Amino acid sequence: MNLHEYQSKLLLQQFGVPTLKGYLAHSPRSAQKACQNLGGGICVVKAQVHAGGRGKAGGVKLARDPQEAYDVAGKILGMKLVTPQTGAQGKLVRKVWVEEGAKIQREFYLSLIVDRANAGVAIVVCAEGGMEIEEIAHNSPEKILSVLVKPESGLQDFHIRRIAAFLKIGNEGRGKLLPVVRSLYRAFLSLDCSMLEINPLIETGDGQFVCLDAKMAIDDNALFRQKEAFAMSDLDEIDERELRAGEVGINYVALDGNIGCMVNGAGLAMATMDIIQEAGGMPANFLDVGGGATKEQVTEGFKLILQDKNVRGVFVNIFGGIMRCDVIAEGIIAAAKELNVSVPVVVRLQGTNVEIGKKLLAESGLKLTPADDMDEGAKKIVSAVKGA
Amino acid sequence: MAILVDKNTRVLTQGITGKTGMFHTRGCRDYGTQMVGGVTPGKGGQEFEGIPLFDTVRDAVEKTGANASVIYVPPPFAADAIIEAADAGVPLVVCITEGIPVRDMLSVKSYLDTCDTRLIGPNCPGVITPGECKIGIMPGHIHKRGNVGVVSRSGTLTYEAVGQLSKEGIGQSSCVGIGGDPLNGTNFIDCLKMFNDDAETNLVVMIGEIGGTAEEEACEWIKSYMKKPVVGFIAGATAPPGRRMGHAGAIISGGSGTAAAKFAAMERAGVHVVKSPAVMGRKAVEVLKGK
Repeated sequence: MNLHEYQSKLLLQQFGVPTLKGYLAHSPRSAQKACQNLGGGICVVKAQVHAGGRGKAGGVKLARDPQEAYDVAGKILGMKLVTPQTGAQGKLVRKVWVEEGAKIQREFYLSLIVDRANAGVAIVVCAEGGMEIEEIAHNSPEKILSVLVKPESGLQDFHIRRIAAFLKIGNEGRGKLLPVVRSLYRAFLSLDCSMLEINPLIETGDGQFVCLDAKMAIDDNALFRQKEAFAMSDLDEIDERELRAGEVGINYVALDGNIGCMVNGAGLAMATMDIIQEAGGMPANFLDVGGGATKEQVTEGFKLILQDKNVRGVFVNIFGGIMRCDVIAEGIIAAAKELNVSVPVVVRLQGTNVEIGKKLLAESGLKLTPADDMDEGAKKIVSAVKGA
Repeated sequence: MAILVDKNTRVLTQGITGKTGMFHTRGCRDYGTQMVGGVTPGKGGQEFEGIPLFDTVRDAVEKTGANASVIYVPPPFAADAIIEAADAGVPLVVCITEGIPVRDMLSVKSYLDTCDTRLIGPNCPGVITPGECKIGIMPGHIHKRGNVGVVSRSGTLTYEAVGQLSKEGIGQSSCVGIGGDPLNGTNFIDCLKMFNDDAETNLVVMIGEIGGTAEEEACEWIKSYMKKPVVGFIAGATAPPGRRMGHAGAIISGGSGTAAAKFAAMERAGVHVVKSPAVMGRKAVEVLKGK
């Protein structure tokens, strides 16, 4: 689950991580007031959406006084922010974070992520803050240092000394950096973060380290114990269908194509998208109804797929396994009847009682095309959609 | 031969009285696996369909001589269950549970480094040696005893591969689901090593997916050490970056973990790559015949 910058900062403050003072605003009027509360001087108005690259897209602006904060907020609020991470349709800005200004001496990049290969936490730093880290990693990887912290040792001062040396931060600066990195590491573990990115981490004119930006993602598997973070989830930022899917225990990701997919199991669901593309079509979604699909889940899956107006056909690919194919076939028939499905549907069933399942589908009187394997199924749905 | 499990494997179920635990314990027993005991705190001394129950894994191991354990307990308690089994000296622990927090798995991995227990999973279908022992949730009847090893991060995609192989008349030595989470107990390299040393295995089908770099690392190993042919597929070539595709580990982040990079690593390592998941079985036949 992703959090907004202001939410991340509020959580980080609880761990003693230094951030700047700021206020959330939903209107130009409240942005003006926020600037007043900050002393009426220079402040920064920042769009709060789940996407990086906000600055370049015009979502972060400086204001010199409350009147300008009002004007700037008026421009940012309601705009469709288009960044490389939002896709072409952009993201509607519904709120801004108004923060006091800071004197920046140096800017750094610092992030913490789980290092999968080494089963530890990696602290990644770069002396060029505020830049796209992926770009730097690609063009000049030598500018990036990744320090692995193993759970057996936990974070030690020498880890931070390595970071300071790499960033060419002297003795005095290192003393100031130590508690900041320690707090970030503690927050990362305590909040079950899967990613925590500070870009930039700044050194101010008077030698303090402050997190100017903060981006945090919480491990979805840990939400049961991260109640405070979970309560912060912003439903406006999540696709409605994905929200509904989560409620009924289905994994769904909306895509750009026009062939709906319903599959059991995540790996097979991805492979089904791949094979549709191989056959010359484009998948409209990723959908995993679960390893042991039930009739109810099949019905919910159909509902989700058909809510997508781009869908011109549906490919059902179920490897029955322990579930019996006749039971699944009944689920498909019930769903197709209940929802009055009008687009072509190709069904590939495999597993126990597959013959009975196919017979049920054939006798249902519905426009369901059977397929023996995933290759044949993909070809059939692609040609049905193209012919329609 | 085969790997990890055989007819002598004696299995405990942790979380045996839950719905999933009951269902699959029955399924494994009916397949022929020696299900020798179950662990549910507070139910020690009782029975589940003739299988004795114990309060702790330590008790269960002592009384039954179990040498493997399978875990179905819910995510918040799963890390505890894995460590309990390792602490009791169980050599093989298979964790089916999906949804364990990564932070918990960091502790688990760190503990497992200090003992001899092998963990399979979590978030996996389990492991099977056809005709001898099935530990987990895979449909036993699609398997057939033979000489192809299967290792995969995905459950149903493994069934798909096994189904294709069996249909072509090709049996399996053992099939291992290593799980779809970012941190797992046993990785591709561990399984490839075992298959490499297993006299019964002639070819390995390796099924990866987007996210992480486990496939790339495995390919480096294959290039230097693998003596047997490998047929490979990667799921998720069409997955958009930054989105988690069902499995917690299946996410392309910061340009790394793409299917393209993994396919390329396989090509470099001399793996017989299939770009379509529908021809994994056929490719295995081709490679075996060409040998």
